[in-house]
Amino acid sequence: MIALDPQVPPGPLEMKWDRRRFSGQLVSPANKRRIKIIVVGTGLAGASAASTLGQLGYQVECFCFHDSPRRAHSIAAQGGINAAKNYQDDGDSVARLFYDTIKGGDFRSREANVYRLAQISTQIIDQCVALGVPFAREYGGQLANRSFGGVQVSRTFYCRGQTGQQLLLGAYSALCWQIERGQVTMRPRTEMLDVIVADGHARGIVIRDLVTGRLSAHTAHAVVLATGGYSNVYYLSTNASGCNVTATYRAWKQGAAFANPSFTQIHPTAIPPAGAHQAKLTLMSESLRNDGRLWVPVSPSDRRSPNEIPPSERDYFLERRYPRFGNLVPRDVASRAVKSICDEGRGVGPGGQGVYLDFSDVIRQQGIDVVRERYGNLFEMYQRITGENAYEVPMRIYPAPHYTMGGLWVDYNLMSTIPGLFVIGEANFADHGANRLGASSLMQGLADGYFILPYTIGHYLAMVNRPPIAEDHSAARAALERVEARLRKLVQAKGRQRTAASFHRALGKILWDHCGMSRCAAGLRGALEVIPVLREEFWRDVVVPGSGEAFNQELEYAGRVADFLEFAELMCHDALHREESCGAHFREEYQTEEGEPQRDDERFAYVAAWEYRDGDTPALHKEPLNFEFVQPTTRSYQ
Amino acid sequence: MKFTLRIWRQRGPNERGGFVTYPVDDVSPDMSFLEMLDGLNQRLIVAGEEPVAFEHDCREGICGSCSLVIDGVPHGPERGVTTCQLYMRRFANGATITIEPWRAKAFPIIRDLVVDRRALDRIMQAGGYISVNTGGAVDGNTLLIGKEEAETAMDAASCIGCGACVAACKNASAMLFVAAKVSHLAMLPQGKPERTRRVMAMVRAMEREGFGSCGNQYECEAVCPKHVSVRFIAMLNREYLRASIMGTRIPARSDAPHGESY
Ligand SMILES: Cc1cc2nc3c(=O)[nH]c(=O)nc-3n(C[C@H](O)[C@H](O)[C@H](O)COP(=O)(O)OP(=O)(O)OC[C@H]3O[C@@H](n4cnc5c(N)ncnc54)[C@H](O)[C@@H]3O)c2cc1C
Ligand code: SF4
Ligand code: FES
Repeated sequence: MIALDPQVPPGPLEMKWDRRRFSGQLVSPANKRRIKIIVVGTGLAGASAASTLGQLGYQVECFCFHDSPRRAHSIAAQGGINAAKNYQDDGDSVARLFYDTIKGGDFRSREANVYRLAQISTQIIDQCVALGVPFAREYGGQLANRSFGGVQVSRTFYCRGQTGQQLLLGAYSALCWQIERGQVTMRPRTEMLDVIVADGHARGIVIRDLVTGRLSAHTAHAVVLATGGYSNVYYLSTNASGCNVTATYRAWKQGAAFANPSFTQIHPTAIPPAGAHQAKLTLMSESLRNDGRLWVPVSPSDRRSPNEIPPSERDYFLERRYPRFGNLVPRDVASRAVKSICDEGRGVGPGGQGVYLDFSDVIRQQGIDVVRERYGNLFEMYQRITGENAYEVPMRIYPAPHYTMGGLWVDYNLMSTIPGLFVIGEANFADHGANRLGASSLMQGLADGYFILPYTIGHYLAMVNRPPIAEDHSAARAALERVEARLRKLVQAKGRQRTAASFHRALGKILWDHCGMSRCAAGLRGALEVIPVLREEFWRDVVVPGSGEAFNQELEYAGRVADFLEFAELMCHDALHREESCGAHFREEYQTEEGEPQRDDERFAYVAAWEYRDGDTPALHKEPLNFEFVQPTTRSYQ
Repeated sequence: MKFTLRIWRQRGPNERGGFVTYPVDDVSPDMSFLEMLDGLNQRLIVAGEEPVAFEHDCREGICGSCSLVIDGVPHGPERGVTTCQLYMRRFANGATITIEPWRAKAFPIIRDLVVDRRALDRIMQAGGYISVNTGGAVDGNTLLIGKEEAETAMDAASCIGCGACVAACKNASAMLFVAAKVSHLAMLPQGKPERTRRVMAMVRAMEREGFGSCGNQYECEAVCPKHVSVRFIAMLNREYLRASIMGTRIPARSDAPHGESY
C-alpha cells in the first residue's frame, strides 16, 4: 500500500522553503565523495541537477538516450522563461507569480510547491546569466522582458526564439565542467529500461547501451529521473520524436505512484497536419495570438479563398465567445474552441482540421515591417512547411498535444513513493496542476535541478546511508531479467507483419478522440475496451527487424510504443474517474449551459495518485489539496 | 512525386559500406525529407528488411540530431536549414537523390547514416563553460551587457552542434563550431575571466580529436543551418593569438603560492 505524505513543512507560506532547508540534515563533504547518485536525463532538469550534484562533491553517473546531452527535448522550447523579477516595475511579485500559476493550474496543485517555485524563479535568471546565457537585453544593457501567455505583467525572459536551447546550453556547459572535473560520468546513447528496488528503496537502474545493445545494471545510493513528458502517447505532438513514458512508466510498475496522468495540455497554435505521412506537429509560438485574429467562415460550405470572404461573413469565434480576453484566452480554452469549431464541420484546410490565424489587420494598422520584425522567423518557418505566405493569406492552425502536467507523484522534497527515487522536471506531476502557463516549464525544470533537488536529496542521503547494492544483487538480476524478457518478446518473429508506428498511430487516434481536449464517460469506457485489444494485436503482429544485440532504432521505438499502449489505459482511468472539468481536463458532462467547464471542489480537490497492481486495475490514492492561503475561484475568461 | 534514392548502408563501424538504390513513389511535396525516409523505412520493415538508420529528434531544426549529406551537401540544397526542415517540394520530380552520412575521421560511422559526434562534446568538456557554482550568483542586471554585444554573443550561441561544418570541410575541420563556442563566451563579460585558458584548451582538444585545420574555404558557413558566420573564426584566431601571448606571462613572485600557472 502506498502512503502519500506530501511532507510540506509547517508555517507561513513564505517560510516553508527556508524551514525545510534549515531542518534538513546535511551530508559532510567527506561523505559526499563516497556517495553515488544516478541521474537519468539531461534536459533542463537533469543537466542542472547532475552538474549541481557534481559540484557539491557527489559522484554522479548521468544517462541519456541522445547522442549528446545537449540534444534533450528542452532544446526546442522557444518562448521564454518566467521569473518574478519585476524589472519592468509593472506590479509583479513572487505572490503574483504564485497566484497566476496556481490559478492557471485551476487549483489542482499544491500551494507550498508553487510558492517555492515562484520564490526561486528570480535566482534562476541570475544563475543562467552567470553561466553565460545570452538573454535578450535592452539598449541600456539591462535584461529585456516580454509578456507571454496572456498574463498582465512582463515577466518572461527570452533568447530570441531559442530560449530552450540557450538555457540548456548553459546547463550543459555546467555539466561539461563537472565531467571534466571527473565528478560526473556521462553515458550518452543509453536507455533506462527499469528501476532496481531493493528493501523498498530505489537502488539503481537497468540500461541498454543503444550502440551495442548490451544490458547492464547500475547501482547507487539514490536515483533521479529527469526523463521529460509523454505527449507522444498521442502519436502526433509538438514533442521531439524520442520523448516517451518508458522511464516513469516502468518506475510506476515498481511502486512509484503516478499522479494525474490524464492532465495533458493541448496547445492551440500548431501547424495543422498535412496528411497521413505526418510525423510531428510544429508549434507556432503563442505570441502570434497577441496580433493575429482567429476566424472561420460563418458558413461551413463557404469554399472561397480567405481573402475573398468579407468581414461580415467571418466568425471571429474567440472574440465572440470571450469578449474580454478575445484571442488571448488561455491555451486550454483556445484549443477547445478551435476543436469545437472544427467538429461542427467549420474548419478550413485539408480535412477541415484548421482555423485561420489572420494578420491582415495588424499589417494594415502597423505595417508589414513591424510584423516582419516581430514574427519574421515564424512566418518563414510556416512558409517552409506549408508552402504558403502568411503575409498574404492567413495562417492555418490546429491544436496539438504539447505538455503533460501529469507525472510521477512526488512529495515536497521531490521524492516519489519509492524512497530514494526522485523525480524532477516535466517527469513529475508537481506545480502545474491541471494546466500549465506558458514559460513556466523551463522555470520548473531549472528550479528543481539547480535549487531544490540538490538540497532535498541530501536529507535523504544523510538519513538513509546504505552502500549501493552489488550489481549482481538478486534485485538487480531480477530487473535485468524483466528487461531481457520484454526485449526478446519484441524481436521474435511474428505471423502478420505490422510496424510499431502503425500501432502508435492507431493508439494516438483513440486518445485524441476520447482522452484529448474533451472527454466523456462513454468515450473513455470505449477507449478502455479497445486499447487492450490493440495491445494484444501489437504483441501478436508487430515486426521488429534486426537483433537486440546491436544498434537498432526500431527496437527502441517499439519498446516505447509498447509502454504507451499500457500507459494509455492509466490515462483513461484517471480521466474517467475525475467527474469534473478542470484546466485542460474537460469532461463534456460537466459544463455550464454556455459550455464553460464546471470544477467540483467538493469532490475533486485532490491529486489522483495511482498505484500499479499486477493483473488488476490501478488503485486510486488521494492527496487532498488544502488551500490555506488562496481561495479557489472560478476561472472565467468571458 | 517519384524519386530514386541512393543511400549509404553500412552495418557497423568496421564493416564495409556501400550505396543501395531504393525507388520511392507516392511522395507528397508537403512531406519533409525525413518523412519521406520514414515512409521508405515502413516499407522495408514490413518486407522484413532492416530500416535505414538515421538520426533525428526535434524535427524542427534546433536539436542538431539530423545529419545527412544530400547530393554531396550537408543538410541538402537549401541554405540555412537542417535536414529535418527540408521539404520534398524542393526537389524535381523523378530526381535521383544521393544520401550519405557526415564523413570525417573524428566522426566514426555507427551504422548507415548515423555517426558518433562525441568529439564535439569532448571539446566542450575541455573548456566550453564558465566555472561558476550554483547559488550565490549576483542579480542578472548588475552586469550590464550592451544590446550589440548580447546580440553578437547570441549569433554565435545559435550553433546547434550538428557538425555540418565539419562534414562540409575538405579538411574536416571543426573551426566554425569551436569559433562559435569560444566567441559566444568571449563576447560576454561573464566569460572574460577564463578566456585565455578556454581557447587554448578547446583548440588543443580539437586537434587531439583529429579534426583538420582550417583552409579558409568557407564551405562551413555555406552549409551552417544557423548562419554562423566565418567572422567568428577570425575572432577565434584573435582570441587564440591573445591567449598565446598571455600564456607566456611570467608569474610574478607575489603569485605564489596561490598563483595559477598557464
Ligand atoms: C516545441 C516546444 C516549445 C516549448 N516552449 C516552452 C517555452 O517557451 N517555455 C517553457 O517554459 N516551456 C516550453 N516547453 C516545455 C518545455 O520545453 C519542457 O517541458 C521541458 O523542457 C522539459 O524538460 P525536462 O528536463 O523535464 O525534460 P527533457 O528536456 O524532455 O529531457 C528528457 C531527458 O531524458 C532523457 N531520457 C528520457 N527517457 C529516457 C530513458 N528511458 N533513458 C535514458 N534517458 C532518457 C532524454 O535523453 C533527455 O535527456 C516547450 C515544449 C515544446 C515541445
Ligand atoms: S557552426 Fe553551424 S554547421 Fe557547425 S555545428 Fe554549429 S550549427 Fe552546425
Ligand atoms: S531533428 Fe533536430 S535539428 Fe533536425
